[in-house]
Amino acid sequence: MKPRSAIPVASAALALALLAFATPPVAAADTVDPAADARAFKKFFTDKFPKLKPEDFVNGPYSMNEDLHKQWEEKEQFPPYEFSLEAGKEMFSKPFKNGKSYQDCFPNKGIGIRQNYPYFDEKEGKVVTLELALNRCREANGEAPFSYVKDDMAALTAYMAFTSRGKPFDIKIPKDPRALEAYQKGKEYFYTRRGQLNFSCATCHIQSPGERIRAEVLAPALGILNAMPIYRSEWSGMGTTSRRFTTCNSQIRGVPLDPQADEYRDLEYYLSYVSNGLPISGPGARP
Amino acid sequence: MRNTVLKSVLTALLVAGATSAFAASEDDFKAAYAAAEAANKEAGSLRNQWTTTASTLAAAKKAADSGDFDHAVAQAKEAEALAKASIFQATSEKERWKNMEIR
Repeated sequence: MKPRSAIPVASAALALALLAFATPPVAAADTVDPAADARAFKKFFTDKFPKLKPEDFVNGPYSMNEDLHKQWEEKEQFPPYEFSLEAGKEMFSKPFKNGKSYQDCFPNKGIGIRQNYPYFDEKEGKVVTLELALNRCREANGEAPFSYVKDDMAALTAYMAFTSRGKPFDIKIPKDPRALEAYQKGKEYFYTRRGQLNFSCATCHIQSPGERIRAEVLAPALGILNAMPIYRSEWSGMGTTSRRFTTCNSQIRGVPLDPQADEYRDLEYYLSYVSNGLPISGPGARP
Repeated sequence: MRNTVLKSVLTALLVAGATSAFAASEDDFKAAYAAAEAANKEAGSLRNQWTTTASTLAAAKKAADSGDFDHAVAQAKEAEALAKASIFQATSEKERWKNMEIR
């Protein structure tokens, strides 16, 4: 074997060996108890950051660092998501070509309902996110679906989140084994290591919130979706929950799934459920 | 003198033959690439492909297109190793994720 081919193969072999010895196998309980999970989840974060009030966690990295918190307070005077929010409000009230509008697709005409998404649809047997519901509404009314990751979808969800600001997340898990399975799959996705960097969502957002990863301060997993959608300086624009999930995957060198793949829908279900009780703060701004 | 020339010619022929035996051919590339693609497809069925596998496969194809089959085979073998590592990761994580769970 030539040296130039030997080195990469050896590096891949080393990666395999590291994977094999990364963590010792330990037997784990297999019972699914979402309420107990949510209690343990909140306790973990409130024990880790005893000075923070529970509702502060929804401010992500700004809750972890005093300097950043000051920057955020100043930013909120002229928030970078404002243009998107205005656009979303206009889009939401504008009728489709058939005369109907988004208001016809949602309970309470779509106002103040963000905290109830995602929900488990017992007819479909799957989790339905707000982004998915919005595109289904468009398609049912003869309109083309939007991209799930930014621009129009971010604007619409920004407006809907804004009308729910301060309302606590209220995600329900109905007495349907498929709902419990979706929750459990979401949890499994959250803790599963993936990508060449061998990271799980938990590696950053459970093990390391408040720590820096390059220039960024990592957000805690508790309340991480309450501020969605967000304006990110790094993106120079708005991004949805789908954008956050797909870019997290590619950053750890994993091939992202389709934006509304079942795995991401389940993940959103799990993460939203364990943040039940914390207020919606979207749209948000992040570094 | 004639003997020396003959020996030199024979040695040169032997060296040339030996070198060509180790140089990769298009068929070697095709076999290595197919193995890498198959492994990556398996990783895809486990919903756990790596971006680096895709980029290394693309590099292998590019090298083959330019006629550098040594490099193409090396890249394809690396892509296969990466894909196999992603399969190992997905398989071992089926239980291992529980170690990280907050309870």
